[in-house]
Amino acid sequence: MFRKVLVANRGEIAVRVMRTLREMGIAPVAVYSDADRTSLHVRMADEAAWVGPAPASESYLRIDRIIDAARRHGADAIHPGYGFLSENPDFAEACEEAGIVFIGPSAESMKLMGSKVEARRTAQQAGVPVVPGSSDGVNGLDNARTVARQCGYPVMLKAIAGGGGKGMRRIDSEHGLESAFNLAAGEALNAFGDPRLYIEKVIERPRHIEIQVIGDRHGNLIHLGERECSLQRRHQKLIEECPSPLVSENPRLRDRMGEAAILAARAAGYYNAGTVEFLVDGDSHFHFLEMNTRLQVEHPVTELVTGLDLVKLQMLVAAGEPLPLRQEDVTWRGSAIEFRIYAEDPYNNFYPSPGTITRLTRPLGPGVRLDACVYDGWTVPIEYDPLLAKLAVWAGTRRETVARAIRAFREYDVAGIKTNIGFFRQILEDERFRDGDLHTSFIEEFLARRREAPPDPEMEMVAALVAAIHAMEQTANSESQTRPPDKRSRWLDAGRNDLLR
Amino acid sequence: MKLSIQVRRKDALLDLTRTGQACRFQIGSDPERHAEVAQPEPGVYSVLMAGRSYEARVEPGADGEVVVVIDGHRFDIEVRDPRQFRRRNGFHGIDGLENVTAPIPGKVVRLLVPLGATVTSGQPLMVIEAMKMQNEMRAPKTGRVVSIPVHEGDTVAAGAVLATIE
Repeated sequence: MFRKVLVANRGEIAVRVMRTLREMGIAPVAVYSDADRTSLHVRMADEAAWVGPAPASESYLRIDRIIDAARRHGADAIHPGYGFLSENPDFAEACEEAGIVFIGPSAESMKLMGSKVEARRTAQQAGVPVVPGSSDGVNGLDNARTVARQCGYPVMLKAIAGGGGKGMRRIDSEHGLESAFNLAAGEALNAFGDPRLYIEKVIERPRHIEIQVIGDRHGNLIHLGERECSLQRRHQKLIEECPSPLVSENPRLRDRMGEAAILAARAAGYYNAGTVEFLVDGDSHFHFLEMNTRLQVEHPVTELVTGLDLVKLQMLVAAGEPLPLRQEDVTWRGSAIEFRIYAEDPYNNFYPSPGTITRLTRPLGPGVRLDACVYDGWTVPIEYDPLLAKLAVWAGTRRETVARAIRAFREYDVAGIKTNIGFFRQILEDERFRDGDLHTSFIEEFLARRREAPPDPEMEMVAALVAAIHAMEQTANSESQTRPPDKRSRWLDAGRNDLLR
Repeated sequence: MKLSIQVRRKDALLDLTRTGQACRFQIGSDPERHAEVAQPEPGVYSVLMAGRSYEARVEPGADGEVVVVIDGHRFDIEVRDPRQFRRRNGFHGIDGLENVTAPIPGKVVRLLVPLGATVTSGQPLMVIEAMKMQNEMRAPKTGRVVSIPVHEGDTVAAGAVLATIE
């Protein structure tokens, strides 16, 4: 097993990976940019290497600096986390050339499955159903117009190199094509250094269900079940769960999707952890969407229901060991739901809200797992993704998990910046969410139909009282600050009082 | 002391007497109530009223309002001391001019209209990138762009003026 592993990432995922490294007795090495000197992953690590200024393109995306840091610190392997260099085959190759193990699939599988166009072709050839659309990238705006016409609107524009909703736009008619094309290409260029896009037909109100796979370097490849990630906003996942309510109704679906995912992964010669994403239509037909050749943000829900540590499995197979379990050893128990806590303002168009955390109370108690990079006094940098934390909740049944999540959100308090914590509470109380009636337009439709319940009058009175007291204290504080300082010294007072005793 | 408060766009007078943690208060013509208010953490108030326990968290809101959150419910409340004459903040502007301001700190990645252009309400004016997401800033009304004080590549603070429409 490795002795020392460099984590080429930041934020909650760097913290998550380091936790397993600690448990395995492996020394974690952090990398950080100017914006992250006091971030939690640096504080948690045994060793830390500076890799450049705040912009990711000058630090976390610099292959040369990351490899150099790993060499200088004597790391045996690099865990890339998700985002940044995690799906960059050049990085995997650079690791190999430097004699450092890349904890992930081979550069070849990554190239194949990382190109959405190639991945589609690979899946199709392996007999896995795919979403109708352009099999190749589009070449400029005019070509995009032609391809979109052939598919028929609505269509989806996606970055060939992309993921995480960046460089992705839905277009309902030719009228919106030009603006969407330019925005998507710009985002793709900034996020991935590659502006190329492709087009896919939109399946209306689909469910987004993905299968976790993991393989070793001896040809063993298994699946760890599904995660339903239908609740998204602007193509960013917000809530993920296992089991999918659809699979709970139809348990055979898990086996069929799992087998399809293994077929696709095997066709790419895949090893280590990966995720095969499917769109599922209203008739429970599933279509291959893409493969993510890395650990997913939402992996904790799989860990909670299977009892496995995915990062540990990644370490084992990267070190050349065989998978410690077979397909029939994998079991699923209870229900887990994960919520992505973003630094954004749900009451103001979900605009990002960077800033300093002035108060933090974390949810605790039974069945609550928090993967976070936040501490009281930390300043959320504006340079990176606004994901602050993932709250994952487990209980025996979905109904109990929902109740537990509401309880956990009641305890959760982050002040100083805006977060979407209050928004989740509203979704958890929504009847359609509770019924498991999920699809990828759920959040949009929820925002349109939600009606704020009239507040409890007693509670409103308490709120008015608190606001008044708070305002009075603020005024008192600012007056005491502007008043000239008291000439009397409290040390002198204390001394005099002692003498007078 | 008497404070003028505004809750859900309704004005009321709140009469408050406070002795340590004990509060007597009356809102408008409602009956007088008693409550015990402690502050276990900065900005966090624990209120006991009529045998019930409330945990209220206070955040600053827009325009000098405070947001009070109790059990996930948000209340936007404005508090003023009627003895003090305080002019409301905010840019009322010269008639016909409207500023487009940055709602978030970020970077101007692309200007979509030139100075002097005539734009329609809702038309994208520029693209701001913050936390890796690109957001279009749109014209608040139909008119002519009379000022664009920013350039592509500029970093802007929240509230910075991005353009003025006449």
